[in-house]
Amino acid sequence: MNWFTKTFTSSIGRKIIMSLTGLFLCTFLVVHLIGNLQLFKHDDGVAFNTYSHFMGTNPVIRTIEWGLVLGFGFHIYEALMLTLRNKKARSHGYAQWEAKQNSEWTSRNMGILGSIILVFLIVHLYNFFWRARFGTLDQDINHNDDLYRVVVTSFHQWWYVALYVAAQASLGYHLWHGFRSGFQTLGLNHRKYMPIIKNFGYAFAVIVSAGFASMPLYFLLFTNEQGALTSSAPAVLHQLALAFN
Amino acid sequence: MTLNSKAPEGPLAEKWDKHKFNVKLVNPANKRKYDVIVVGTGLAGASAAASLAELGYNVKAFTYHDSPRRAHSIAAQGGINAAKNYQNDGDSVFRLFYDTIKGGDYRAREANVYRLAQVSVNIIDQCVAQGVPFAREYGGLLANRSFGGAQVSRTFYARGQTGQQLLLGAYSALSRQIAYGKVKMYTRSEMLDVVVVDGHARGIVTRNLITGETQTHAAHAVVLATGGYGNVFYLSTNAMYCNVTAPWRAHKKGAFFANPCFTQIHPTCIPVSGDYQSKLTLMSESLRNDGRVWVPKTKEMAERVRKGEVKPQDIQEDDRDYFLERKYPAFGNLVPRDVASRNAKMMCDEGRGVGSSGLAVYLDFADVIKRTSAEAVSQKYGNLFEMYEKITDENPYQMPMRIYPAVHYTMGGLWVDYNLQTTIPGLYATGECNFSDHGANRLGASALMQGLADGYFVIPYTIGDYLANTPPKPVTTDHPAFAEAKAGVQARVEQLLSIKGNRTPDEFHKALGHLMWEYCGMARNAEGLKYAKAEIAKLRKEFWQDVKVVGTGEEMNQALEKAGRVADFIELGELMVDDALNRNESCGGHFREEYATEDGEAKRDDENYAYVAAWEYMGENQPERLNKEELVFENVKLTQRSYK
Amino acid sequence: MAGSNPNAKPMNLTLKVWRQPNRQTEGRIVDYQVKGISPDMSFLEMLDVLNEDLLHSGQDPVAFDHDCREGICGSCDLFINGRSHGPEKGTTTCQLHMRKFSDGDTITIEPWRANAFPVNKDLSVDRSAFDRIIQAGGYVSVNTGGAPDGNEIPIPKEIADRAFEAATCIGCGACVAACKNASAMLFVSAKVSQLALLPQGQVEAKTRVENMVAQMDIEGFGACSNIGSCAAECPVGISLENIAILNREFLTAKATSNHLA
Repeated sequence: MNWFTKTFTSSIGRKIIMSLTGLFLCTFLVVHLIGNLQLFKHDDGVAFNTYSHFMGTNPVIRTIEWGLVLGFGFHIYEALMLTLRNKKARSHGYAQWEAKQNSEWTSRNMGILGSIILVFLIVHLYNFFWRARFGTLDQDINHNDDLYRVVVTSFHQWWYVALYVAAQASLGYHLWHGFRSGFQTLGLNHRKYMPIIKNFGYAFAVIVSAGFASMPLYFLLFTNEQGALTSSAPAVLHQLALAFN
Repeated sequence: MTLNSKAPEGPLAEKWDKHKFNVKLVNPANKRKYDVIVVGTGLAGASAAASLAELGYNVKAFTYHDSPRRAHSIAAQGGINAAKNYQNDGDSVFRLFYDTIKGGDYRAREANVYRLAQVSVNIIDQCVAQGVPFAREYGGLLANRSFGGAQVSRTFYARGQTGQQLLLGAYSALSRQIAYGKVKMYTRSEMLDVVVVDGHARGIVTRNLITGETQTHAAHAVVLATGGYGNVFYLSTNAMYCNVTAPWRAHKKGAFFANPCFTQIHPTCIPVSGDYQSKLTLMSESLRNDGRVWVPKTKEMAERVRKGEVKPQDIQEDDRDYFLERKYPAFGNLVPRDVASRNAKMMCDEGRGVGSSGLAVYLDFADVIKRTSAEAVSQKYGNLFEMYEKITDENPYQMPMRIYPAVHYTMGGLWVDYNLQTTIPGLYATGECNFSDHGANRLGASALMQGLADGYFVIPYTIGDYLANTPPKPVTTDHPAFAEAKAGVQARVEQLLSIKGNRTPDEFHKALGHLMWEYCGMARNAEGLKYAKAEIAKLRKEFWQDVKVVGTGEEMNQALEKAGRVADFIELGELMVDDALNRNESCGGHFREEYATEDGEAKRDDENYAYVAAWEYMGENQPERLNKEELVFENVKLTQRSYK
Repeated sequence: MAGSNPNAKPMNLTLKVWRQPNRQTEGRIVDYQVKGISPDMSFLEMLDVLNEDLLHSGQDPVAFDHDCREGICGSCDLFINGRSHGPEKGTTTCQLHMRKFSDGDTITIEPWRANAFPVNKDLSVDRSAFDRIIQAGGYVSVNTGGAPDGNEIPIPKEIADRAFEAATCIGCGACVAACKNASAMLFVSAKVSQLALLPQGQVEAKTRVENMVAQMDIEGFGACSNIGSCAAECPVGISLENIAILNREFLTAKATSNHLA
């Protein structure tokens, strides 16, 4: 092995890849969340479909998309490799194990949380990405693929919403530990800045997961099958819809 | 036999330099043809092994621990002395030499002590270079404190963990040589005999503590750096494994044992709390700077305190006896270790001791807390108070600490000459294992200094002198002496296992410790010593008839290990008593009640006892023979101590 | 009988102790009863009582490692009731006292569990992997003699203090035992950051971190997930910041050193 492969197959090297890909995926989450906010625009999905058309056709985005695939790929692959190594490091467990006394649940269960997110990701990709990219969808008034319709329909299926919300909770917990952990792995731990990073990470975890979870819940609880607010939706949503149209 | 110290002639300050020039050197190309065994990897052993390997010798190092880093040097708290005079307060090599000789009550060899003071400065440099994180001032220079009543600040320290940091430094140097292949490290290997071939030490016999395998190892020279024997008292501040076996085995093969009765009792230890107690914990001497030592004035009051009817903090001033302040108005609570210890014992003997056992005195911080504040006291002693509370479950901010003296260090050890060679050619002893530098009493922060001086800066020179006279031919374990020694070790293991008696090794050890502490401890007298002598002989007999060890010798067997060590402690105990009986004077840690001034202070007899008592083993059940090395003092004037 | 508290009541306890004759033979948990345990005893003194009982009844005493019994040598290493060195924070097994337990308690005692720490017998494990990691580079390459004066290089007090705090690691292995991944990162980081902070150690900082991490991986320790159990259970309070320093040192060394292998 040369120095490069040696570096990145070492225990710390793999962690560094985990960290870099993880933080990169965090930036993706930000973009994805902001983009998806179009769903809330009360225009029967026109803005959202324009956005998704752009994301699906723009050459720059399509190139970055490969980076995203690699990011996910490496994050998952390294997680697997590290888990295997860690399992091998203790083949005989303890009769009594009180880890809860010395650490947070999330930090010990990143693998489980990640696996839930992975399952979600596959369903999610098939449902939206795959159908948008490779399937044939109805056209909206701008002759863009009407992905909005697919979203609204999906978000009226309770089991899909349940999966979505559970996955977002997992994502939240994953980020709760992962964000700060990513910085620690890169060696960015300083007594001045660590509290800031930590609190920012907690806020990030809550905002991102709550943001994503709010979408299916919104459609399930407050809109009809077409995505229009129902009369039973809280007045504040009606006012917001008016204000931004 | 006349003992030749081989201390070089000439002015004190030039002896070591002259000697370094006069010793023979081993050709650099020949060094790799010599093997040296180092037993023990504490400060003295690890530093010696690393330094010898750096020179090019092939070193085999042995420890009974799982790692060289565990040696009990690690527990030294206070610091290490060096005559750097960084503080511009009048320190010098001569002053450190003088303080050490005087502190040792004039029972150490001048030339050795001066050399110790000389190389002390190199130790600090060496350790800093290794990355030892000594305490520093804000300006980035090394910090010092005054320690143990010294009038200059010459003690270098790393908080209360100086021993740990120095040991880890030596351990790192040793680790480096292990990585280079120059040191072969044998962990969990206990040395059980020295192999002597044609009068020269040529190897050792060890037992692997995991597999039980007995092994022999050959070398051109053997260095013992196996520490002190304070555990002969059962309870001491020593670690549980500390034992006398290695030097005792060497003693039985012909190495003289010097001044075995010189033991140091430290006044401020946490008292025994019950029969189950396995070891004692030291509380830093610095506590006496602010704490006041007292006991109740009357036996009746003490009795009520012991029963828990009265709390110490509720006892009126009039009912307290601040006995050190009363008896030693000039020095008060800061009298030297031995004086403080003996007086605490006296109070308890009078029936005025406190704690449920009655074997403790109070060390009270109420006054200093009132005078300053609890915060100020916490700044100074916070970690010590915390440790005390962890062990005793009592809060020393609210009630006085209970303290009692405990065995802490043994000044005696294998007799060595100026080259640190024992009376067996090719067998060396360094650190606490030898007797050389502290006389009858060791000063605070000098143990670390001596261990490292011997290992880093003395043995690398002096062992060359011996090796240069030894042909660089490979040594093997083929000589019949190896097989014989190995068979002896195995036979002893078998014997211990075959007795199948009723008393455990620990019970024998406790019984021995009790005798030693009562009759050969802080204060001794001829009558008690004679009684102890007979009792120990009896105990030895009982041991070999009634000790109980289960299991086999071919496995990890901690009871078996313990039994072997206790057997040697019992024999050593007898010799200590002999030595204490022989020394009809009081000096340093050795206090004979018959030899005291009218005020009950130690009375030295320089006329008759200014010598090193080096005992020679004469065979099973034979009295040992006393050999004397007369001590000559050319550079200091012998004076009597007074603290009134 | 107790020294500090004459009214402290002796306790009776049930011990569930891991017994294993040697490395090759599989072990199991065996139940023992101990009676009359004083709350003032240390945990190891309680085990001494058990061992004396066992020896008297002709049974093999429980093997465990211990030595200084004042919390500094790092020998003692028991996993008590699911935690490294038991329930008290910042305490080694030898400094844990029985007053932390109650009469009638059941206490589970296991050896450190990590494949890099094979069991010798009962509760004693082989921690020589730590020694080999130090041998890979946990030192400053200076021979005896020839060192410059100790005050030649001033070191800011704050740096010296931080180096000291890292250097206080006692090498007990509680971090590995407590870590879900049996990772030795806290141990390795303590030495790496001690020497990386000090000018004396900076000379060979790159080689050191590369070699020590490589050895750590060879020994079969797990990787760090930044869980923090190690620091929480460390009896001398080695902080997680050291692991960040280790990561940083490793990354910069790998990126800038001249070693191609």
